[in-house]
Amino acid sequence: MSLQNINVALIGNPNTGKTSVFNQLTGLNQQVGNYPGITVEKKIGFCKLPHNIKANILDLPGTYSLNASSMDESVVIELLLNKNDKLYPDVAVVVTDVENLKRNLLIYTQIKDLEIPTILVINMADRMESKGITIDIPYLEEKLKTKIALVSSRKGHGIEELKELIVSYKTVPNESCLNASVIDSEYFEKLQHAFPNQLLYKLWLVITQDVNFSNLDRNEIRSTFTKSHSELKRLQQQETIKRYQFINEVLKGGLKVDASMAKDVRAKIDRVLTHKVWGYVIFFAILFIIFQSIFSWSTIPMDFIDSTFASLSSWASSALPSGILTDLISQGIIPGIGGVIIFIPQIAFLFLFISILEESGYMSRVVFLMDKIMRRFGLSGKSVVPLISGTACAIPAIMATRNIENWKERLITILVTPFTTCSARLPVYAIIISLVIPSKRIFGILNLQGLTLMFLYVLGFVAAIISAYVLNKVLKLNTKTYFVVEMPSYKLPLFKNVGINVVEKTKAFVVGAGKIILAISVILWFLASYGPGKDFNEAEAIVKERTAEKPLNEIDFENEVNSQKLENSYIGLMGRAIEPAIEPLGYDWKIGIALISSFAAREVFVGTLATIYSVGDSDNEATIKSKMKQEVNPATGEKIFNFASGISLLLFYAFAMQCASTLAITKKETNSWKWPAMQLVFMSALAYFAALIAFQILK
Amino acid sequence: MQNTIHTLKKGDKAIIKDFDIDLIPLKLLEMGCLPGNEVELLQIAPFGDPLYLDINGSHVAIRIETAREIEVELIKNNL
Repeated sequence: MSLQNINVALIGNPNTGKTSVFNQLTGLNQQVGNYPGITVEKKIGFCKLPHNIKANILDLPGTYSLNASSMDESVVIELLLNKNDKLYPDVAVVVTDVENLKRNLLIYTQIKDLEIPTILVINMADRMESKGITIDIPYLEEKLKTKIALVSSRKGHGIEELKELIVSYKTVPNESCLNASVIDSEYFEKLQHAFPNQLLYKLWLVITQDVNFSNLDRNEIRSTFTKSHSELKRLQQQETIKRYQFINEVLKGGLKVDASMAKDVRAKIDRVLTHKVWGYVIFFAILFIIFQSIFSWSTIPMDFIDSTFASLSSWASSALPSGILTDLISQGIIPGIGGVIIFIPQIAFLFLFISILEESGYMSRVVFLMDKIMRRFGLSGKSVVPLISGTACAIPAIMATRNIENWKERLITILVTPFTTCSARLPVYAIIISLVIPSKRIFGILNLQGLTLMFLYVLGFVAAIISAYVLNKVLKLNTKTYFVVEMPSYKLPLFKNVGINVVEKTKAFVVGAGKIILAISVILWFLASYGPGKDFNEAEAIVKERTAEKPLNEIDFENEVNSQKLENSYIGLMGRAIEPAIEPLGYDWKIGIALISSFAAREVFVGTLATIYSVGDSDNEATIKSKMKQEVNPATGEKIFNFASGISLLLFYAFAMQCASTLAITKKETNSWKWPAMQLVFMSALAYFAALIAFQILK
Repeated sequence: MQNTIHTLKKGDKAIIKDFDIDLIPLKLLEMGCLPGNEVELLQIAPFGDPLYLDINGSHVAIRIETAREIEVELIKNNL
């Protein structure tokens, strides 16, 4: 066999540049998916190594040790314990940061105990000089029983050497580098005696961790070797001390730090960024800049996409032979796809800003700054991250709550995150704002439309915070509060990391949302193009009869027939059925249809209206916006999208829980239907009444 | 009065003495919060909580309720 495939697992603490090493090894050659049944992100990349070897490189979630305290960490252990897993690594690569070597080596010693060939990467080597660090590599290799690659993933140095080491993984020692079982030799001897064929450390993990193992009968081991929770924890503490003793010993001989060389920029930046006044000023200024720029920067590409799809639609209907299939393409599929593509600029910008904030290390300072304030509302400082990334999409945001240690704080964060203005609301907001809010400037610089959008974002946060406060009072849950946040050193975000992140996240979002939107568009088109009974199928005759006294010209007649058909199509009937309920909010049955379809996903709103108005209108050339502008209420002659109904719609979309995927993720993360059901009922009720009150006051 | 991390002032350095293991998350131990290790209080968040520490070279923030449980012996007073 000339081509050999090997599995490589990248393991390491968060903030060690593990993902940069991954990106350096694989480039854009990666796949992001989920582990089966859970929502932990699974990143696999492919890399061609020397000597015709191909490597599948698995970027495991960052973890501080093999003592799992979150689902992300359990994934690491489960993989490393299951030799039958098809991703079980032939070689493990532990990535460490040269500045935090001591702490980063803890997990290394644990991986070694599993007797997997392990290569040690000492990353951020480019910082050694400025920090006054020197390392004796041969000494460390001998003591740690491994091969070491000195890498600077930032500069791309040492990657080729790492590849060479991976290729020759069979020469990397796989025995453990210390014996931790001396902390209670009697206990561990008995344990080994009872299961002579199993690795001792593996058995120990089975006893202490709550993770799934394939071959080992957990109950059997646990019943014989049970210890109380606090006894186990004491042993784990001793184990940790033991490991650190070993690490300290090794580093004493192999690592020199010249403290006088260390210039601590971190302390200076920290003083400003966590200052009691400047800290908050800077934080809110950053948020303000992000939201203003998302709105103003993305309008140009969005308008371009909107008009491109409008003309594509009209081109399709004129170029293709007329018929049902052409109608489906030009009125169903093309506007549907356009409704997805139009998101890309805004989502990409959001992901760009969020990943810059995370990469730079700033996000941890925000957590530190906000914790005390957030706790008053039953949240944690760590809730800030989901609440901010919720502005991109609630789904990754809810997954990001996993590092909140306290269950109650985490649950509340999950429940209120969907209030934050996600990018799916943006197109709805953008189109309604541009219809009902005048594009004026106040005080010379502030755009009124931009301000309205800003207000809606603030409204989302306020709704989230107030609901959190209420939930905190209502929910009776007693859990221990733990809060440990690592404050990483500041780093200039790497273009490659940020770029790959933006591309991957945007792609995942567009493909995921795209499928739903496309499917719904096609269904909608079908429902709007067919109808039951005489009113639909004999539309032409009915219109002819109705206008017999005053015959219309050809175009008007056609439009009249089309709207008669739409009104009596399946979807028209559905829309009209709910019209009484939504009329007090200022909506007509066409908006009603858009509301119904929005319960699958909010962003469908614009696409739905696009589909409905295209079916009812022979003029394909116009953009969605101009079509919405032209809509009038046949009874009163008033514009459908006026100030009162516009505000009412904005409020409805701000509060309503219209996202099937978010409900699904809440179910997954809370493991119960109770919480998503609660989200759906409360948010929808709030949305309805807020919209009702607003419309009744403003009309 | 026994010193804890909570009683330290900004810039103080101390040695970790003892704590009730049931009240301290394992993750903090893994970060290096173990008896005999050095701890320095780097920053106090606005409103007095959480505390930003350098524990044995690891930079971490913890809440006062945890800091209160960790006994220390002052070695360098920042006055």
